[in-house]
Amino acid sequence: MWRVLSRAQWVSRRWVHSGLGVRLRTFRAVIAGAVVAAVTVVAGCGGVVSTTSPRTRPLQVGLMYDIGGRGDQSYNDAAAVGVDEAKRNLTGLRVREVEAAPGEPAGRKVERVRALAEAGYDPVIAVGYSYAPALARIAPRFPKTRFAIVDEPTVSGPNITNLLFASEEGSFLMGAAAAMKSKTADVGFVGGNRSPLVRKFEIGYVQGVKHVKPRARIRIAYLTAPHDLSGFDRPDKARKAAQRMYRAGADVVYQVAGASGAGVFRAADKAGAWAIGVDYDQAKSADPAVRHVILTSMIKRIDVAVYDYLASVADHTVTSGRVVYDLRRGGVDYSLTGGHITDIQPRLEQLKQEIIHGKVRVSPG
Amino acid sequence: MNGFVDRLLGRVRLGGWLAVAAPVIAVAFAVLITSVVLLIAGSDPVGAFTTLAEYGTQPRSMAMILNTGVMYYISALAVAVGFRMNLFNIGVDGQYRLAAVVAAGLGGAAVVPGVLNIVLVIVVAVVVGALWAAIAGLLRVYRGVSEVISTIMLNAIATGLGSWLVSEHFGVLTGNDLGTRPIPDDAHMPGIPLIAGTPVLVNGFIVVAVLLGIAYWVVLNRTRFGFELRATGKSESAAVASGVSVKKMIVVTMVMSGAVAGLIGMPELLGASYKYSNNFPAGLGFTGIAIALLGRNNPVGMAVGALLWSFLDNSSNQLQLLDISKEIVQIMQGVVVLSVIIAYELVHRYRIVAEQRRVSRELAAPQEAPKAEAAA
Repeated sequence: MWRVLSRAQWVSRRWVHSGLGVRLRTFRAVIAGAVVAAVTVVAGCGGVVSTTSPRTRPLQVGLMYDIGGRGDQSYNDAAAVGVDEAKRNLTGLRVREVEAAPGEPAGRKVERVRALAEAGYDPVIAVGYSYAPALARIAPRFPKTRFAIVDEPTVSGPNITNLLFASEEGSFLMGAAAAMKSKTADVGFVGGNRSPLVRKFEIGYVQGVKHVKPRARIRIAYLTAPHDLSGFDRPDKARKAAQRMYRAGADVVYQVAGASGAGVFRAADKAGAWAIGVDYDQAKSADPAVRHVILTSMIKRIDVAVYDYLASVADHTVTSGRVVYDLRRGGVDYSLTGGHITDIQPRLEQLKQEIIHGKVRVSPG
Repeated sequence: MNGFVDRLLGRVRLGGWLAVAAPVIAVAFAVLITSVVLLIAGSDPVGAFTTLAEYGTQPRSMAMILNTGVMYYISALAVAVGFRMNLFNIGVDGQYRLAAVVAAGLGGAAVVPGVLNIVLVIVVAVVVGALWAAIAGLLRVYRGVSEVISTIMLNAIATGLGSWLVSEHFGVLTGNDLGTRPIPDDAHMPGIPLIAGTPVLVNGFIVVAVLLGIAYWVVLNRTRFGFELRATGKSESAAVASGVSVKKMIVVTMVMSGAVAGLIGMPELLGASYKYSNNFPAGLGFTGIAIALLGRNNPVGMAVGALLWSFLDNSSNQLQLLDISKEIVQIMQGVVVLSVIIAYELVHRYRIVAEQRRVSRELAAPQEAPKAEAAA
């Protein structure tokens, strides 16, 4: 128990160091801008606006984690980091965190959303797509409560914000980096399961490779079928899949396989080749013995999405519907830890700018 | 002399005030241990139990508790059928999930309309559950494979088979969730407005669960089959001597256990989710094992156990709002099962010792008389 807690704290510290400061500066700029705008509006409209003075009631945030909750060193922790940062920077923010139990029936999630909304929590943030049906049922009954859901585009409503990630854009850069670094013009991709969420990474990656080396060979492996989540927890399978790729001639493998990714790193270590991490800067979080094989990582900033969402609720600029955290918003990015891509960084940076400015188009599939 | 397992599985009955003493001791013990854990975790036990009591007495929570409890109860019945014959069907989990996948796939295809579709879904689930369990029964009879091992392995195979069926045959994608095609509106199990003061309906399967509980009692206690089943469970050699075909009993009992297991997912499938997906409840088979132990395979005892379990599970959301970690619920559940087992064992031992004392007193009494005469 204590160990878990202290690890969580360690993770959060690591995250803070890894660059949230940049986002905070932008946030302060936004706040400043909002204040200026508010002043302008007040000045322009005379006395009429006095009734719409900003609400001073503190925000009561309800945060619903998926299985694992705070301390999972993964998905949920990333959301926790965003909320912790918001607690430090937004005044009067109070957060109630609840989490899902493994294998619970759908009704339990519905009740969780309702319990938070009924108790007056606003906004209510759902971490993970498994909350979609529950949100679809409860959100219409609490029209004044604002809801957000991470990684799920389908559920919609006037009070629902979908926090999405352009993982294909980040993966495009990973593909480009892999192609630039590959001496054999032969690269690989290992996915946890063949779900649409992971497919988006593959699609972006393949486009990135082809953009740099149109004739490169790309080996693709998925560990389990779409329905089977065990592919994210089978490092042994991942290791075998990566081993085959390296033996056949690949020298860079991108893994999007959760905890299975460790197996890919091991295989890379054995083969003396490169691997690419995902979601976090894995050159900082993976087993120290294999960190040296991690070329770079595709970072998905769930913390940024959660933080920005809370900030937008706080300053009344929140919008419903899809908000895509892409390269431009800093929602996806790549890491430089280890200095392995210093030589190609200018080219990657240029590609990034081209994607941001629409000169290079990445199809989401 | 009865063995520990006989006492554990409720094959030995307690009479009189002892039957009341055991559960009372168990509950008191569970409350005590949980309070200590709460204190260690830095939470206020009084606050926690008050919240639990408040939550449990609201109409809407009562409806929710019944709805989850129905699934738990059916699962416990499926496990108990085997337990009564010394068959440990650990595979209830795989049986109900595989049954639910196949039934959901067929139900979603809507080959027949309306009520017929409900019937089809239920029948298919029962048959799939029964067949899947039959594999373990046949392996035990013809190859001597322990059903504990085979059912655990069949669970893993059921997971793989289920995910293959969903992804390759029945799968429809909704957002990120891959599931079977939803069962059409006309084939939904209607809910019952059983509890006043809440719009939440109680799952129609509560009727099925009650009927199953009655059937379980009647079949086991009032039929020849039930007698043979219990006899085989108590002493296989005695059963063989009195002409019971143990092989047949093993297969039939596994099939029955699996058939009941097939129904576990039905309240959720036909009354709540209407499809099988990643969000379908998992692990209900293992919950059933705990509840069968808790209820000591008694149909009423298991109903109480299922409701208690469901109450604790459902209250985890409320406890989390009170800053009490949801793991406390699992601790409570574990402590309740253990204290029930320990309390019953203590009471049983007390009874055995008391009986031995009584017998030795009775035996000693007439011996004293001649001694007294001799002395005189």
